[in-house]
Amino acid sequence: MLVYGLIGWTINLSMQDRHNARDSKGFVGLDNYTKLFTDDINDRFLHSLKNLLIFTAVFMIGTLVLGMIWALLLERGARAEGIFRTVYLFPMAVSFVASGVVWRWLMNPGQDDNSGGINAIFHGFGLDFLQNPWWTDPDWGMAAMAVPAIWQLAGYVMALFLAGFRGIPDELREAAAMDGATTYQLYRRVLFPQLTPTVLSAMIITGHMSMKMFDLIMSVSGAQWITEVPAVYVWQTLLTSDYAKAAAISVFLLIVVAIVVVPYLVNVNRAEKRSS
Amino acid sequence: MTTLAPDVTRHAPPLLNKKKSRSPFSAGNIARHVLLIFFVLIVLMPLYVLIVTSFKSGREIGVNGQWTLPETWTLASWQKAWTALGPSFLRTFQLAIPVALISSFVGAANGFVLSRWRFPGADVVFTLILFGMFIPYQAVMIPLREVVQFIGLPSGIPTLTFVHVIYGIPICTLIFRNYYATTVPVELIEAGRVDGAGLLRTFRSLILPISVPGFVVTIIWQFTSSWNDYLFAIFLSNTRNGPITIALNALAGAQSPDYAASMAGALITSLPTLLVYVLLGRWFIGGLMAGAVKS
Amino acid sequence: MRFTRSTAVAALAVAALFSASACSADETAAASKDVEVFTWWADGGEKAGLDGLVAQFGTSCADYKFVNGAVAGGAGTNAKAVLASRLQTNDPPSTFQAHAGAELSDYINAGQVEDISAEYATWGLTSAFPKGLIDNITVDGKIYSVPANIHRANVLWSNKTVTAKAGITKDADTLDGFIADLDKLKAGGVAAPLALGKDWTQVMLLEAVLISDLGADKFTGLWNGSTDWKGADVTASIEKFKKLLTYTNKDRDTLDWTDAEKSIMEGKAAYQLMGDWEAADLDAKGFKDYGYSVFPGNGSTFQWLADAFVLPKGAKNVDGTKCWLKTVGSAEGQKAFNSKKGSIPARTDVSSDGFPAYQQAAMADWKSAKQVPSCAHGAACSQGFQGAIVSAAGKFSSDGNVAALQAALAAVAAQFAGKK
Repeated sequence: MLVYGLIGWTINLSMQDRHNARDSKGFVGLDNYTKLFTDDINDRFLHSLKNLLIFTAVFMIGTLVLGMIWALLLERGARAEGIFRTVYLFPMAVSFVASGVVWRWLMNPGQDDNSGGINAIFHGFGLDFLQNPWWTDPDWGMAAMAVPAIWQLAGYVMALFLAGFRGIPDELREAAAMDGATTYQLYRRVLFPQLTPTVLSAMIITGHMSMKMFDLIMSVSGAQWITEVPAVYVWQTLLTSDYAKAAAISVFLLIVVAIVVVPYLVNVNRAEKRSS
Repeated sequence: MTTLAPDVTRHAPPLLNKKKSRSPFSAGNIARHVLLIFFVLIVLMPLYVLIVTSFKSGREIGVNGQWTLPETWTLASWQKAWTALGPSFLRTFQLAIPVALISSFVGAANGFVLSRWRFPGADVVFTLILFGMFIPYQAVMIPLREVVQFIGLPSGIPTLTFVHVIYGIPICTLIFRNYYATTVPVELIEAGRVDGAGLLRTFRSLILPISVPGFVVTIIWQFTSSWNDYLFAIFLSNTRNGPITIALNALAGAQSPDYAASMAGALITSLPTLLVYVLLGRWFIGGLMAGAVKS
Repeated sequence: MRFTRSTAVAALAVAALFSASACSADETAAASKDVEVFTWWADGGEKAGLDGLVAQFGTSCADYKFVNGAVAGGAGTNAKAVLASRLQTNDPPSTFQAHAGAELSDYINAGQVEDISAEYATWGLTSAFPKGLIDNITVDGKIYSVPANIHRANVLWSNKTVTAKAGITKDADTLDGFIADLDKLKAGGVAAPLALGKDWTQVMLLEAVLISDLGADKFTGLWNGSTDWKGADVTASIEKFKKLLTYTNKDRDTLDWTDAEKSIMEGKAAYQLMGDWEAADLDAKGFKDYGYSVFPGNGSTFQWLADAFVLPKGAKNVDGTKCWLKTVGSAEGQKAFNSKKGSIPARTDVSSDGFPAYQQAAMADWKSAKQVPSCAHGAACSQGFQGAIVSAAGKFSSDGNVAALQAALAAVAAQFAGKK
């Protein structure tokens, strides 16, 4: 409950005229918010939102697809399943700061003879067209920034899906087999529909994680324009003691998260009511 | 239903298709394993780079020779990294262990109440708690600092412990609530009732002993999340009294960073959480099945 | 509610138990002896300078113990983040490094540093520092910091072998001449002759170009609001800056200044604009083959910045801090520090004997040259001002949109320039 009190505090702060370390100059209502959208230099805030959008999209799709593929591969039992599962899951245990260290190196933008990291592999295999500037690309840099995040969380999504698959009663499969369904049909008609709640959970979890993404970006590129997302922007404004602006961005983030999450929660609650 | 949650320990796949024993060498199977191994290689690639680089010495480290094995294996970078990270490494244990224990315990108590006791407004409380899981840190960061000062918590580990416990309660509550709702038979509670035990006693003597799987999940979760946190850490502590992520970032973010030492540092930073995962990962997935997914 | 209350009590009890154990584990060090000095001088020439100062501190303040609180990272970006957090959580170091000038005003406005005007008189600093500098660090008649050094920001460093190979015999003294030289280098096979790093290093380059095009007075006016950022002369400067970017390495946004310096040392690039800490750094790394000149077109303008130390509010060991500040301001301290750091003493009464060649030249210039402040290093603009400029430069680095950069700079200046 304390947390909710703090949120109230932040909302209040976001409506104050407090742009330096001195006390507030009074209440300004929603000005700080409108300024973010209309009067931010270079549309910095909108730019950070755009970055976040690209990042979130790539990150969510990437983790879902990879997690799904891995879960499908493992779902019917494979040799040494435990080992595979552990390998796929282990990146999740690594902190973003630590993985940022290595990914900063792997995603070195140098090309051809100056190349390093992944570009060097492409170069070595003669796949020069695959070399790219990674996160320094002005348009798609954020997609590259999502690569380490996908690496870290695809395993988690896989675990969710595996749990989902295993939660499906065997009778369903057997019934389908009786009806002479092909494997494809089995998955398409019987299993996937059962997984909808799992997909939803996975989307919610990855989605809200990407809203908070801060440490990874800080440790790969540092705080710079090209990879700025709202979370980093908050940090930057705080450093310059622009409290009100920082609070406004934070509240905005909160609202976005709420818009995504609340329907899901309501849904969960309804489901609970039905089942009890 | 036994009192041992079968879901939790079950990790081997149910052997389907027992009747149609397919040859393990069918084309589909081979393709699957090839794919699996390919992905393993991809996933392990960064780890490989981390490990080989951390054993290299100054001259061999360069962007161009990232993929080669060290010519001379040396521990120098590891020593350097340990010197930089050692103190904060121990400090982070002081942070992560209490956080894991306290928030798990509180989560268990809350979860139990929410799963068993239908007080008016329970749904609302539950929803609020659930939403608490998703609140971005940024939304509370600024006032949090003032609150912490107001309470007079010293900067660094105590503050961070406090913050992570508060932030961890929602997810722990959720995991336990689902766990109790799905695995603790009502009869057990009833039996307690008959013996005239109140809620508290029921909880203590009957429920806690069978909550181990839930505890494993929440402890792993909280341990890793507080161990790996950077945002609160950078906000509420510093290199002198902060956790290891801060120290690592200082090491790796320095001018002309020593890549080998940074990589060794990254490995040191990740070691405890990796161990936790590799040793308890099976339980973790099992626990996920028992808890978080059953929504 | 009986149940939840008891849970709360239990949780509190656990928390209390824990915090009790935490307190006992807390290091209550001999605070009265320790002087924790917070800087961003963690390696290379900067660390060498700090070590020199520490040695001096050891002799003149034998009662106290120096504790190094350095946080690494270019131009103090990381350090300032850590420092901000420490100041706001009431855990200030005994003293910290800040750039003299506008950047210091952030701390003064926040009430985070103490007035030390009284000590200035006692230590005889009022007459030792040049009047211009004293004026710059005086806010509302009070002085809050002791400058340790003066750095020059607008210096062009070069790899002599690379430039000689391209047939460049003398340093260019106009921007156009410089661009002609860069073309020569490019034709000779040096793909990116001008080495550049990320955000703030790009701002430094932009500032140097502005000095060349606008001249010292108009340049200074950009920061105090008397020069219009929207002018055609600024447009021309940004165009030239854009032209210069075409000679730089593509991975500039991933490099700190030391990485860019490395390509000079390796001969991959010929030139780099950087402050004169580069001299100390090159010396410390044993690279001898470097040349230096004022940035082409800057004439005799000396773009300065100064590192200063302060007495934070709530510092735990005030006497120790004062002893440190006194050492920093003393002639011996300034000499020990600056001869290693590549900077020059802020005091005018330190003899240049025994200083490396580059600094002797800089000391002579400091006395005669026209002085302009640096924004990238906080002498000309506050942290908010600087942050917004760096962000705009970062955007320009990725899109090269001249009109957008100029509009952004003008908007930033409208928000910050000339405002205390």
